Amino acid sequence: MKFGVVVFPGTWSDRDCGWVIDQVLGAELTYLWHKEDDLKGCDCVILPGGFAYGDYLRTGAIARFAPVMERVGEFADGGGLVWGICNGFQVLCEAGLLPGALIRNASLEFRCEWTNLVVERKDLPFTSKCEEREVIRVPIAHGEGSYFADPATLSRLEQRGQVVFRYCDPDGRVVPGANPNGSLHNIAGIVNARGNVLGMMPHPERCSEAELGGTDGLKLFRSVAENALKVLVS
Amino acid sequence: MSIKSVDERRLREVALTPDEYRAIVEQLKRAPNEVELGMLGVLWSEHCSYKSSKALLRRLPSTGPAVVQGPGENAGAVNIGEGWAAVFKIESHNHPSAIEPYQGAATGVGGIIRDVIAMGARPIALLDSLRFGPLPDSSRHLEGVIAGIGSYGNCIGIPTVGGEVYFEDCYANNPLVNAMCVGLVRTDQLMRARAEGTGNSLLLVGADTGRDGIHGASFASVELDDNSSERRPAVQVGNPFLEKCLLEACMDLAHTDAVVAIQDLGAAGLTSAVAECAGRVEGAGARIDVARVPRRERRMTPYDVMLSESQERMLVVVQRGREREVESIFHAWDLTSAVIGEVTDDGQLTVFDGRDQVARLPVSLLTDGAPMRRLVGFAPEPPFGLEIDALPPLADAGETLLRLLASPNLSSRRGVFRRYDHMVGDATLVPPGGDAAMLRVKGTRLGLAVTVDCNARYCHLDPHLGAQLAVAEAARNIIATGATPLAVTDCLNLANPDRPDVYWELEETIAGLAYACRTLELPIVSGNVSLYNDSNGTSAIYPTPVVGMIGVIDDYARRLGAGLRSEGDFVLLIGSSHNDLGGSEYLKVEHGHVAGRPPALDLTREQAVNRLVLAAAQSGYLHSAHDCAEGGMLVALAESCLLGGLGVRCPAIRPEPPLRLDAAFFGETPSRYIISVPSRAMPELQSLARRHHVELSLLGLAGGDVLEFEGQLKLSLAELREAWEVMLT
Repeated sequence: MKFGVVVFPGTWSDRDCGWVIDQVLGAELTYLWHKEDDLKGCDCVILPGGFAYGDYLRTGAIARFAPVMERVGEFADGGGLVWGICNGFQVLCEAGLLPGALIRNASLEFRCEWTNLVVERKDLPFTSKCEEREVIRVPIAHGEGSYFADPATLSRLEQRGQVVFRYCDPDGRVVPGANPNGSLHNIAGIVNARGNVLGMMPHPERCSEAELGGTDGLKLFRSVAENALKVLVS
Repeated sequence: MSIKSVDERRLREVALTPDEYRAIVEQLKRAPNEVELGMLGVLWSEHCSYKSSKALLRRLPSTGPAVVQGPGENAGAVNIGEGWAAVFKIESHNHPSAIEPYQGAATGVGGIIRDVIAMGARPIALLDSLRFGPLPDSSRHLEGVIAGIGSYGNCIGIPTVGGEVYFEDCYANNPLVNAMCVGLVRTDQLMRARAEGTGNSLLLVGADTGRDGIHGASFASVELDDNSSERRPAVQVGNPFLEKCLLEACMDLAHTDAVVAIQDLGAAGLTSAVAECAGRVEGAGARIDVARVPRRERRMTPYDVMLSESQERMLVVVQRGREREVESIFHAWDLTSAVIGEVTDDGQLTVFDGRDQVARLPVSLLTDGAPMRRLVGFAPEPPFGLEIDALPPLADAGETLLRLLASPNLSSRRGVFRRYDHMVGDATLVPPGGDAAMLRVKGTRLGLAVTVDCNARYCHLDPHLGAQLAVAEAARNIIATGATPLAVTDCLNLANPDRPDVYWELEETIAGLAYACRTLELPIVSGNVSLYNDSNGTSAIYPTPVVGMIGVIDDYARRLGAGLRSEGDFVLLIGSSHNDLGGSEYLKVEHGHVAGRPPALDLTREQAVNRLVLAAAQSGYLHSAHDCAEGGMLVALAESCLLGGLGVRCPAIRPEPPLRLDAAFFGETPSRYIISVPSRAMPELQSLARRHHVELSLLGLAGGDVLEFEGQLKLSLAELREAWEVMLT
């Protein structure tokens, strides 16, 4: 099992994801430089958080044209696991690998705080270690994380059960007060129809060790580590 | 010697006095040309030369067993164990932030980060000390500064883990923005910005050079006036994305031994960077060619290039012949680089524009030539005294507590720090909101505690004592996390030192800092002085010596938070209380005065109390610790309740005369902590306290969701939270 973490200029969660994969999970890790067009045999590609290319123009708008993204697209088309976190989610939406877009937070302010997420799909390679409708605590850190999609796209996502994480209160209730950024339907993360491309705004790599305040994020990394090989074989 | 050759308007433009001009002509034995005059003007500015404060700053202690690098480099460094050094510095960006709050604050952050990078260290934390005039009039400053800090720190991916925000009338026209950066480097990989080795190349990397920020250092060295907004072009514009690339490229330089030194381009741009680098090596000089400097604007003159303060640039001294090896590292990050000159051994900074020599000045004249100013200090009339006995007795402790918690200086800062990414880096063990923040040193059990602190009201009422109190409180912030204070960086913000009362404040401030740091054995390894924080010659700021401090805990598993942790724990006050209402937040909020003498500080007692807390923390007796600061014991206790989500039930407080009830609750006697202790550890703690000769008073028991002093006040956590969490923005 080998994780590949993509590094764009301006990416900063690469080292945090790498730390969890290498030091906490003990899995194989390689960094994928944005100029390379080889995924080096990775079983799961992570597009980490940051401000790729400064997020100038629009978040993720320039990153999608990086050479490595062409390979990531092919990898996803072939069923490989692609996991976009924060800025990575924005890049996946810009690249058309996930529907919708992330727009400015409703508060118009950057938000860094802990959120509660209800896990709505546990049949995915990313979430198999979670319980049914488990509430997990994961921090966010973004200024443009408000999920938006047109009504048709949104209802298609809902009908097909592509919403994986929703912001909720500590008891798992999906209420407006638990929504930190104005996302439609409190959406914090979605998956593509095939179930191999996940995008999420919260940062699981920031809550994979007890000393950082929680370990719920590690469940996602463990799920991927366990399932990535099966996915490729199937 | 005549100064007729240069007109006075030109001298004012470069902020040199006629006397200083005479000194230049005398030493050069000729008149300087335009470019030379501009270069000398910026380097002889107060901001760069410290000509009003240098003699005083020598009194500050800067040595100690842990010090790896003291003042004089881009940042200070101390040994924190296991082969690691912490590199840190605080710097002001007050004048730019007054004019253009967003970019002023953003580039302040960018500048201090580069200082840490230049030492070869990876920045791991940012802190900001901010002061504004009262709201709502100052909301433009507040909003712009917070957004600017967030924009830079969040984008570059360095967590902003701490800071302070205060509001006081005196900052209405002169807000203060002090940014501190902390980095980590292996002690054997610490870089120093010394231009060693004749013939080695000077590589300029990062942003192209534009006309932005010309005369920024000079602008920062005069009072603001009605025309200051015309100086907006002297404020630079930040590009955190570019700096992120620069940061990573500089970290990659650790893989080569071809780099001799790295120097940040900050105030006074290329002139300062080259002169400082050469000035640190006896006899060294430099020859540079401005024609080789990559530019973002056309028709820039040598003067523009030498004085530009364009951001996100670094000067790298590279071993001759190995330039391509180093340049390839920058090119991998798509960064521009250019060899612009070389190190010489003639002690001169010689500037060419292609083949034409446009300036030639002795390096020592640039870096050490500014005549030190001999200013006169004169103690002003002491501020109003305070007749404590004339204050009415406390009417309703609960109502007063709610008003204090809701006051802008004491209310929750969550609305501010949630706008900063304080978690990136996966190292934040104690988040902002308590006393000091703590970060882990990955791969070890070491925890690094960091804080910034100053109560400028105390400094206004008594600058000598106020400075001591700032050091002591910063140290208590560190100790409250269980860490041992290690070293200090200071940012001295004052008004116009030409005024005898202000110069006296500067003298007293530095004397107070020196005394406290010497006594507590805390070396000051870096720092910054920002003078002329006044406007139109009238509204002067309080002397504001912001103390940045770091501390270390061997095993972060033993760290403490400020919030109560467990039902049934004993809640105690360590230290004794006196009638210390002078300069207190209680006096301001409830009685409308900034008056009296600040609380007396006995550094011997302070040390005894600190030793007790550290010993108790190391023995594992404590569940939480919180420093008593503004608002006194009751505000500290309320904060411990709110941060921990637990109430406390206490019997009524019956202070022994002459101690007043209001002083017992809200007095700001230093050397006190609120701690919580599991009952089983009480006997050990009590004997430990006796051994340290420190007073320990039981306040009550943790539990429930009410803060109560029987018959005196009873408030639910919900009521307290509603008052406390008024968001500033």
